[in-house]
Amino acid sequence: MTVPLWNLNAVDARAMLDRREISAVELTEAHLKRIEAVEPILSCHIEVTADNARVQAAAADRRIAAGEAASMTGIPISLKDVLCTIDAPTTAASKILRGYRSPYDATVVRRLRDQGAVFVGKSNTDEFAMGSSTENSSYGPTRNPWKTTTVPGGSSGGPAAAVASGEAILSLGSDTGGSIRQPAGFCGVVGLKPTYGRVSRYGLIAFASSLDQIGPFARTVEDAALLLEAIAGADPSDSTSAPVPVPNFRSEFKLDLRGTRIGVAQEYTVSGMEPGVERAVAEAIAQLEALGAELIPVSLPHTKYALPTYYITAPAEASANLARFDGVKYGLSIEADSLREMYERTRGEGFGPEVKRRVMLGTYALSSGYYDAFYVKAQKARTLLKHDFDEAFTQVDAIVAPTSPTVAFPIGARTDDPYQMYLADVFTIPANMAGIPGIAVPCGFSNGLPVSLQVLGKAFDESTILRIAHAYEQSTEWSSLRPNLAS
Amino acid sequence: MRLTIADVEHVAALARLGLNDVEKERMRDQLSSILGHIAALDEIDTAAIPPTAQTIALTNVMREDDVRPSLSVDQVVANAPRRSGNFFEVLTPLGSEEADS
Repeated sequence: MTVPLWNLNAVDARAMLDRREISAVELTEAHLKRIEAVEPILSCHIEVTADNARVQAAAADRRIAAGEAASMTGIPISLKDVLCTIDAPTTAASKILRGYRSPYDATVVRRLRDQGAVFVGKSNTDEFAMGSSTENSSYGPTRNPWKTTTVPGGSSGGPAAAVASGEAILSLGSDTGGSIRQPAGFCGVVGLKPTYGRVSRYGLIAFASSLDQIGPFARTVEDAALLLEAIAGADPSDSTSAPVPVPNFRSEFKLDLRGTRIGVAQEYTVSGMEPGVERAVAEAIAQLEALGAELIPVSLPHTKYALPTYYITAPAEASANLARFDGVKYGLSIEADSLREMYERTRGEGFGPEVKRRVMLGTYALSSGYYDAFYVKAQKARTLLKHDFDEAFTQVDAIVAPTSPTVAFPIGARTDDPYQMYLADVFTIPANMAGIPGIAVPCGFSNGLPVSLQVLGKAFDESTILRIAHAYEQSTEWSSLRPNLAS
Repeated sequence: MRLTIADVEHVAALARLGLNDVEKERMRDQLSSILGHIAALDEIDTAAIPPTAQTIALTNVMREDDVRPSLSVDQVVANAPRRSGNFFEVLTPLGSEEADS
């Protein structure tokens, strides 16, 4: 049986392109056709950039013919619509940026463009990446390819569902509190949040600048590593991108985990956790041991404070970042008699309910009289959260945990209670607070929906978590299973 | 932690965020609830703990102050809702209530 071209992973597609068994145009057309077939069901994309993709694919074929292919040449990729692109609108799924055309590419986009990648579209997200279900998009929700009445997770639900359904081989998302790992888990694909500073944030529409990080979605760990290699590394346009060399993240891949010390933290179970998730994650951890890893109990005692800390820090930074949407420089602008009224009406009409909530929460936490009690308190709690990981990583090479306490929930199930929605990120937020990398890898099913194992690593040690996730993936069949959608 | 409508209006004014009456009531209830959960942080003694603003050991990243190509003025103002030649057009801030607040 031949694999449909839209179901190829990046490594195999690369090999077939380089051997001229397929052309980049054929590969792109297969994905555009797949988009046509499943997009009406899933709504992964805010904008499908078919015309651009065809031009890029033809250019990729010329480059391959000239013997100048790079790893991403001719590979169809979807970009979360918070990444600025010079040749397509960038909206952050917000009414306030409808029709916005960035005058520059995000650094990650430029790096992929320089490699000759093919961009199939701008994928859906919660507005300004604020949410855990992609229901906060002003363009409507994306649906989970495994069960279309459930959410794909969020905020990067579009990029996750696009890769899970074969609309793209790879995609890029952003992760501020779990927005890559949680939707990757819900959609049964691999998602990696790199170390803070590993990938340039230039051209990423800012949500919370001390937490935001761009990272890859893929259907295999190796593909995720390949895409990370293509986008990582210091950038003069982002002074928080770290001057740390980018290794070949795949060079240490092995099929066993002998000599690897893996921490298991008892704090990563919460009440209300789905039994099927607990079971699948426990089996995955047992599998790591069977592969030769040494399991070591570790304690991260401040874990339960991560969520409240995040919901001060992230909204505070967001409220400052979103001050730029003022109806003057770009985007929506509502006419009014005074400047102040213009600001208030523009922002009142342009922002959706969750963005307003976070701007309010953040403004409150930063306001006179509350700054110390909330914002500074959260910064101090953040020190404790980071210290927990620093201590644990003196004993272990990586820490494993569930990616989320549940599988994908029904569309609409959590929209009335913001804090219930926030709880979807309870296991992913600590990594952002500590700035460390984390990868989500499929590890089974509960009630027919994917469960995900999270592997957390030391800062700038993506190699180790990729190695662990790869060994696990290769020893199980989970990553080879695809949702049963119309083809 | 229970917010009042006046609290909501004060914060919305600071954020330059227009809210209608329904939104104000919902915001009062939802923010009060979220702040109730956040109050869990009161359990931890942070008196002797230094704050963390960012997580990587980078300070004062410098570069040469060279003249480099940049975006054209036309590109910069291309998205402006109101444009006057090479400028963003705004309502006058002076003499308006904005100047007093």
